[in-house]
Amino acid sequence: MDFELSDEQNMLKDSVERFVKDNYSSEARAKLADTELGFSRDHWKKMAELGWLGLPFPEEVGGFGGTAVETAIMMENMGSGLVLEPFLSTVILGGGLVAEAGSEVQIEAIIPQVIEGNMMLAFAYAEPQSRFDLNDVETTATKSGDGYVKKGHKAVVYHGATADKIIVSARTGGNSRDEDGISLFIVDNNSSDVTRRDYRTIDGQRAADIKFEDAKVGADALLGEEGGAYPVIEKVVDKAIAALCAEAVGAMQAANNITNEYMKERKQFGTPIGKFQVLQHRMVDMYMEAEQSKSMSDMVAMKLDLDDETERRKAVAAAKAQVGQAAKFVGQQSIQLHGGMGMTDEYSIGHYFKRLTTIEMLFGNTDYHFKKYAALAS
Amino acid sequence: MDLSFSEEDLAFRDEVREFLATALPADVKDRCDRGLHPTPEGQIRWQKILNEKGWMAPNWPVEYGGTGWTITQKHIAAHEFGHAAAPIALPFGVSMVGPVIYTFGNQEQKDKYLPRILNSEDWWCQGYSEPGSGSDLASLQTKAVRDGDDYIVNGQKIWTSFAQHADMIFCLVRTDSSAKQQEGISFLLIDMKTPGITVKPIIGLDMEHSLNEVFFEDVRVPVANRIGEENKGWTYAKFLLGNERTGIARVARSKRQVERLKDIAKAERCGGHTLSFCNDFNNKLTRIEVDLMALEYTELRYLSMIASGKQLSAEPSLLKIKGTEIQQRLTGLLVESLGMYGAPYEAERAYEGRNEAPVGPDYAHGPMAEHLYLRAATIYGGSNEIQRNIVSKMVLGL
Ligand SMILES: Cc1cc2nc3c(=O)[nH]c(=O)nc-3n(C[C@H](O)[C@H](O)[C@H](O)COP(=O)(O)OP(=O)(O)OC[C@H]3O[C@@H](n4cnc5c(N)ncnc54)[C@H](O)[C@@H]3O)c2cc1C
Ligand SMILES: Cc1cc2nc3c(=O)[nH]c(=O)nc-3n(C[C@H](O)[C@H](O)[C@H](O)COP(=O)(O)OP(=O)(O)OC[C@H]3O[C@@H](n4cnc5c(N)ncnc54)[C@H](O)[C@@H]3O)c2cc1C
Repeated sequence: MDFELSDEQNMLKDSVERFVKDNYSSEARAKLADTELGFSRDHWKKMAELGWLGLPFPEEVGGFGGTAVETAIMMENMGSGLVLEPFLSTVILGGGLVAEAGSEVQIEAIIPQVIEGNMMLAFAYAEPQSRFDLNDVETTATKSGDGYVKKGHKAVVYHGATADKIIVSARTGGNSRDEDGISLFIVDNNSSDVTRRDYRTIDGQRAADIKFEDAKVGADALLGEEGGAYPVIEKVVDKAIAALCAEAVGAMQAANNITNEYMKERKQFGTPIGKFQVLQHRMVDMYMEAEQSKSMSDMVAMKLDLDDETERRKAVAAAKAQVGQAAKFVGQQSIQLHGGMGMTDEYSIGHYFKRLTTIEMLFGNTDYHFKKYAALAS
Repeated sequence: MDLSFSEEDLAFRDEVREFLATALPADVKDRCDRGLHPTPEGQIRWQKILNEKGWMAPNWPVEYGGTGWTITQKHIAAHEFGHAAAPIALPFGVSMVGPVIYTFGNQEQKDKYLPRILNSEDWWCQGYSEPGSGSDLASLQTKAVRDGDDYIVNGQKIWTSFAQHADMIFCLVRTDSSAKQQEGISFLLIDMKTPGITVKPIIGLDMEHSLNEVFFEDVRVPVANRIGEENKGWTYAKFLLGNERTGIARVARSKRQVERLKDIAKAERCGGHTLSFCNDFNNKLTRIEVDLMALEYTELRYLSMIASGKQLSAEPSLLKIKGTEIQQRLTGLLVESLGMYGAPYEAERAYEGRNEAPVGPDYAHGPMAEHLYLRAATIYGGSNEIQRNIVSKMVLGL
């Protein structure tokens, strides 16, 4: 048993830390979040050059064969700076699905492009009625000629506006909540029979609602086996959840550091507010939540690549539930301990709170994962 | 002890219902129900309707324009207003400075300001907090120096809600720096148009503009605008804070939020059913609902004690603590009820001229804005930590 990082992993950590330090001061981030794009293509290029965009992919598809631990290291450190580039959407989700289920042709067409930073992806899975259930798919893809016709509405697709290609789950068979009968398709984001509504999210990122009204795709758009996509989706989403947990840990640790510093500086009643015991204990609770989350995030990163699927699912559900709870507590209390200062858009702490708030919802909120864990553990 | 309503009370309830059903403008109701800040125009339009009905200031003594309602009637009205999503009058004039003026002001001040509050001629804002003086309000530094019949005011206020719309600001200023902190403060009424006042916006977490910094540079304020005695301002300030704390509980609004949550739960789909079938969600909502009921009866019990002439100490702090915690739990659950549609968010001004409704179901527009803004509910009006300090000291003797 060993929770320590290897030398190589430490180098990776240092390199992400440096990137965040150089590029993600809170002013720089605020500026970036307010641009049309919402992130920086230059940063993306830099991430490609540093090899980060290829790290999570297996060597067979041209990647550098990193494990979930390397992904967690990157995400944790990006979380501490609230990095805005679509690493999760493009590399872990989109790229993960293609690497997992793609044909040789599809992999060749997409993965090298992703690794070089020339192609961005997004994963459209949620629908207005689905809430957090990956199997609740009402978007249909009906065979027509040698392709498919798609109809349906995908909701809150993170980075759905900026992706070059969108991977869409759709039903090719079965009933609306069946696990069987779900397929994946690779859709060009600029195709004319797709309507997209782009918008901002509270965490400074971008998302889109996407509607398909009899949108045609060729047979070559099918990613993986027709009707058999569910296990692939679940596996890749589990990876995304583990990555998000790591991001949350980084964000919580940073929020705690900022709050801790503030408590030493801010004086009321002639003394630093950090001298008030009620605030000390609150801060200790926040610290403990971040520590517990770090342990869960490390645990899930080490269990993610296990062959035992039930064990993996349990680890993921438990980690997301714990991290979700902690994220809420740490985010909200960091505002509270800052007083009025915490309520401003200009000061950084509010942005940590907002990102932690969406992390709690993404891919299933705390209740959802407690319930999932209970079902798996019983 | 008796909880029943008399015939007159029931008739009163019907009258309030009838009034709200016909008089409350739909646009004002819609914003209030969603938990969005009122528009200044809509708020004033509604306040004028309230004033015409004679219901602008239910808590004022009748001689100054109050309604003379019994505590039962006040409770009924509050409940009906909450249920109908009818905004209450902005607190700064009616609930904060108004009572200070009729309790401690002179005749001239009463004659001048009270009618203008009632008919919404003056929009007031509250100039208490300063950059270095939040929880420790008594350490405030904004100075007022006597110069003939004027004070010359220099300093800065911060977190001044809606100062950008305000005609008047009531300010705590230091008039004696040599005395003990609390004994050198005076309470001034200042016209926002006076030369030397600058208002700078602070954009909030919700990306909206409700907060401001207000700067005073050699601002001349007539001594006639001082409430009560010089250096006795702390007494008036504390009187005001006591009133503010009770108002902040907002039980009726929270009851409306419970109703909204139940409506959303019937519409929002989840696990092949609607959210209203989800046990985890229902448990959370029920716990809040029962806590809220306890708070409602605590508030009524305190009001009854006051009506019977009993003296309360710091009990109203409990209403503030519990009331704001419940508000936050409710907006948290509202956001949670939306699933991923909690995440889309833009400042309202981003929609101006765009002719496009916010994304997601209609009820998704509002909860996140309110959730973000109400993080402040446990901070403003004396933070909940400060309130607990007060209860422990004043009530429990610790
Ligand atoms: C079941 C049991 C087994 C024990 N076994 C042993 C044993 O084997 N050997 C032994 O030597 N002792 C033993 N103890 C004693 C134990 O260590 C003491 O009870 C403990 O140190 C607390 O001291 P106290 O009981 O005097 O409580 P106090 O110190 O009087 O504390 C009362 C309360 O005040 C709080 N408090 C005190 N100081 C502060 C502060 N600065 N800030 C905030 N809160 C504060 C405490 O947390 C507690 O809630 C045992 C106690 C129990 C209950
Ligand atoms: C949305 C909003 C609207 C507002 N509107 C107005 C307005 O219109 N007019 C106005 O004058 N002010 C207004 N305020 C200001 C508000 O009253 C102050 O924010 C509040 O008094 C807290 O002061 P502070 O922000 O300086 O925080 P601080 O006093 O610095 O507090 C920071 C943290 O320390 C804690 N703390 C401080 N002292 C103690 C202690 N002794 N023991 C334990 N904990 C302590 C606090 O609880 C808080 O968690 C508003 C604030 C907000 C956020």
